[in-house]
Amino acid sequence: MIDPNTEFETVIGLEVHVQLSTDSKIFSTARARLPQGQSVADEAVNANTTPVCTGHPGSLPVLNKKVVEYAIRAGLATDCRVNLKSVFSRKHYFYPDSPKGYQISQYDLPVCEHGHLDIELGDESGKRVGITRIHLEEDAGKNVHLAGFSLVNLNRAGVPLIEIVSEPDMRSPEEAGAYLRKLYAIVTCLGICDGNLQEGNFRCDANVSIRPKGQEKFGTRTEIKNVNSFRFVEKAIEYEVQRQKSVLLSGDKVIQETRLYDSQKNQTFSMRTKEEAEDYRYFPDPDLLPLVIDPDYIEALRETLPELPDQKRDRFVKDFGLNKYDATILTSDKPLAEFFEAALKVLPVLGISAELGGAKSLANLLTGEVSRLLKESEQEIHSSHFKVEQFAALVGLLHDKKISSTAAKQVIAILFAEGGKVDEIVAREGLTQVSDVSTLEPVIDQIIAANPKQVEEFRSGKEKIIGFFVGQAMKATQGKANPALLQEIVLKKLKG
Amino acid sequence: MYKTIREVHEAYDTKKTTPLELTRHYFSEIKKSKHNAFITICEDRATKQAELQTHELNTKYSGKVPRQEKPLFGIPIGIKDVLTMDGVRTTCGSKMLDNYIPPYTATAVEKLENAGAISLGKLNMDEFAMGSSNENSAYGSVIHPTHPDRVPGGSSGGSGTAVAAGLCFAALGTDTGGSIRLPASFCGIVGMKPTYGRISRYGQIAFASSLDQIGPMTKTVEDAALLCQVMAGQDAYDSTTSDAPVEDWQKAVREVENTPTAKGYKIGVPQEYFIDGIHPEVRKAIENTIQVLKSQGAEIVPISLPHTQYAVATYYVIAVSEASSNLSRFDGVRFGVRPPQAMEAKNPVEFYKKVRANFGPEVKQRIILGTFALSSGYFDAYYRRASQVRRLMRQDFENAFKEVDLIVSPVCPTTAFKLGEKSKDPLQMYLSDIFTIPASLAGLPSMSVPVAKDSEGLSIGIHLIAPRFHETVLFKMAGIIEKVTP
Repeated sequence: MIDPNTEFETVIGLEVHVQLSTDSKIFSTARARLPQGQSVADEAVNANTTPVCTGHPGSLPVLNKKVVEYAIRAGLATDCRVNLKSVFSRKHYFYPDSPKGYQISQYDLPVCEHGHLDIELGDESGKRVGITRIHLEEDAGKNVHLAGFSLVNLNRAGVPLIEIVSEPDMRSPEEAGAYLRKLYAIVTCLGICDGNLQEGNFRCDANVSIRPKGQEKFGTRTEIKNVNSFRFVEKAIEYEVQRQKSVLLSGDKVIQETRLYDSQKNQTFSMRTKEEAEDYRYFPDPDLLPLVIDPDYIEALRETLPELPDQKRDRFVKDFGLNKYDATILTSDKPLAEFFEAALKVLPVLGISAELGGAKSLANLLTGEVSRLLKESEQEIHSSHFKVEQFAALVGLLHDKKISSTAAKQVIAILFAEGGKVDEIVAREGLTQVSDVSTLEPVIDQIIAANPKQVEEFRSGKEKIIGFFVGQAMKATQGKANPALLQEIVLKKLKG
Repeated sequence: MYKTIREVHEAYDTKKTTPLELTRHYFSEIKKSKHNAFITICEDRATKQAELQTHELNTKYSGKVPRQEKPLFGIPIGIKDVLTMDGVRTTCGSKMLDNYIPPYTATAVEKLENAGAISLGKLNMDEFAMGSSNENSAYGSVIHPTHPDRVPGGSSGGSGTAVAAGLCFAALGTDTGGSIRLPASFCGIVGMKPTYGRISRYGQIAFASSLDQIGPMTKTVEDAALLCQVMAGQDAYDSTTSDAPVEDWQKAVREVENTPTAKGYKIGVPQEYFIDGIHPEVRKAIENTIQVLKSQGAEIVPISLPHTQYAVATYYVIAVSEASSNLSRFDGVRFGVRPPQAMEAKNPVEFYKKVRANFGPEVKQRIILGTFALSSGYFDAYYRRASQVRRLMRQDFENAFKEVDLIVSPVCPTTAFKLGEKSKDPLQMYLSDIFTIPASLAGLPSMSVPVAKDSEGLSIGIHLIAPRFHETVLFKMAGIIEKVTP
């Protein structure tokens, strides 16, 4: 029986399927992606297929070179070794969404191996997570279950994927979340993945086990399949860790199995155990030659890598004086980072230098209120009502103390809901900050006169009471007063 | 009848016959025939094409066959039913594909048709090309062209019989371990398996992908050369095809037939191929041919291919492993006939079982063996081991070809055996391919050329093997043998 006071350590390894945003499928000329960013799955059922992706007898796969390029870019961005020779293998299983009865994947010789990426944690600490391998494979079709029968749509069959397998290096759901967000930032920054989570462009399987702290040997792991939101991955792991703890503490053993996560119930449940697991009978696909990559080609691709999120983050910290946390949030989201940099370019036009706090104000707004609104509504900044010029204008008003930060939040809410011009909104809503001493003095005089008790308290040494006067003055001016100026006037009057 | 494609073209030029007349002749022969060589005939499709060609010959081409542009103009051919043709039922000799109509045409067939060939129909074969006697077809056994109690050899038995019995001018076969060369030998015609990678496999329903090759089956070496050069070449739809240059093999054959001398050629005779099990009449015929080659100036060199004894075992592990994978797609979901009881299945597994019960017994046996060989825990002992031995065998040939230009052997230890004679004994059946399998494992071009008949009048073929992509030497030597053999 295990000691009920045992402290456990969580061990997490992640397998992420990244859908590559190539025009055509991995082994056929059928389209893998529609130009407008629509999903292939939205097309007329089975319309987007060739005899290759439907697995017609006699058809043969031919490798799409673009797919190889994207996989190498992913490998280079995560410091992997790119294998000069890798091999495609067949993974066999019977399921209606698999038209050939096997999936073409890579097994013992993947295209990239032995990489890593660095994650940042909330407390400004960081960690390096190993990447075991990156391999290429084709996606399956989609089964549609209706009353009494099922249909198969093969539009998605043959869409290119890379599977990125991490080492079991993560020790908490937060670390897993940070890893996923970083990986997501990298593949979207590279432009090799559209990053649409709802469409399943970025799907995660989590291997989770626990072991008594200090024990070297890993505990028995379970695999949680196919979770496509970062938050749900964290919650699923949290649940699974608790479940495994109670299994061990009740004297049972964790069984190796595949589990599914139900986000509605926030629970994982068993899908199949190891005994029921299939033998995939991998063997090298004789229809495809080994993938041989020229070292010069790898170097040429290395030259063209864009600025990666970590590099961008460090630059934002160095050049704009952002704190690491804000810089990380900004650079985790490619569109947000692009928006930030575009708005920065507009600031000098308004006479504000990025160094003098303009960049910080902008970063604060984007990582705070803006990110919150976008997340809540599941929108992207590019397709929202937010416009770069209006944001720069907003920062300009804040900088010149023409509006308060509270008012700025109101403006953001209105911009988000309906768009428009910042100066018009500020005027219409009467949000201009009052920084005029002659306007504010009479208001304060009135408040001092009406509250002799609090004035007495102040004079007897309780200086904190000043907040009361400022608050009352803010209330009286419907929040439009410049709080710093208010404080200054109140102090002068009370002391004077 | 006409012996070569050249003769047919001369007859067209001189208006002795027309593509339409020749096509009609073959359909009437097919209908009279009791050989069960065809599974599907394409009479309308072929007749329309023949009519058009007959018309064009007199108009567009001013009465002269456009040999350069369409080297197979008006040549009626048969297509083994393992190759797809857009809109034409393709069964692969299996009930599983009884209703399968592919939406695309195999590259090899397309190239022949673009060169003017007229496809008469789809030829019978062992189910999924698995067999050496053509007794495994779901559409019935094919009968030997001249001896009705005998098998034509397999798996391209329909192709062998159809050419030999005059049901088409030439045919396409496919060869995985001897499936072109064995029926060619049994039926007394020329059968050629090119280098692996010479001819696109796109549209060839796969049996064992690393071994499968399409090849011609014809009455003469010259025609085999012509068909081969029309089909050969790199194909964007098959990554395993090679860009090795395609030569004018027809011309090469005509040259040696005009002056048939083997002077300067070194011909290897592998000691491992002249085993006790060879029928004396077969041995004698091959030895005679070797003597004839010697008298034509060839130098005969005894050689050794030391890993030959492992060939059959190695081949069956690799072939069944790949087959078990390739045939996975016949699960009744997308491909494969669903029997009525399958529709009552309660879950997918039960459904698959009911659908896949409809493979023939030989196919089932091979799927089970292949599934076993690829299973985790057995993979290393079977598939990986076999792949290693295969490399050694390839090395054997590479070493031998440092010494010689060509290797000769019998095609098969026996002549055509009786229907039912070996169908109960798979091991005996598998040994029919003992001499053809090594070249398949090594991906080498090889060929069967008829050289004699046994005392019962059954054909005996000699087997020629050349280095990779050295089809030229293969065709030349075959041309010489054809010319000098009585």
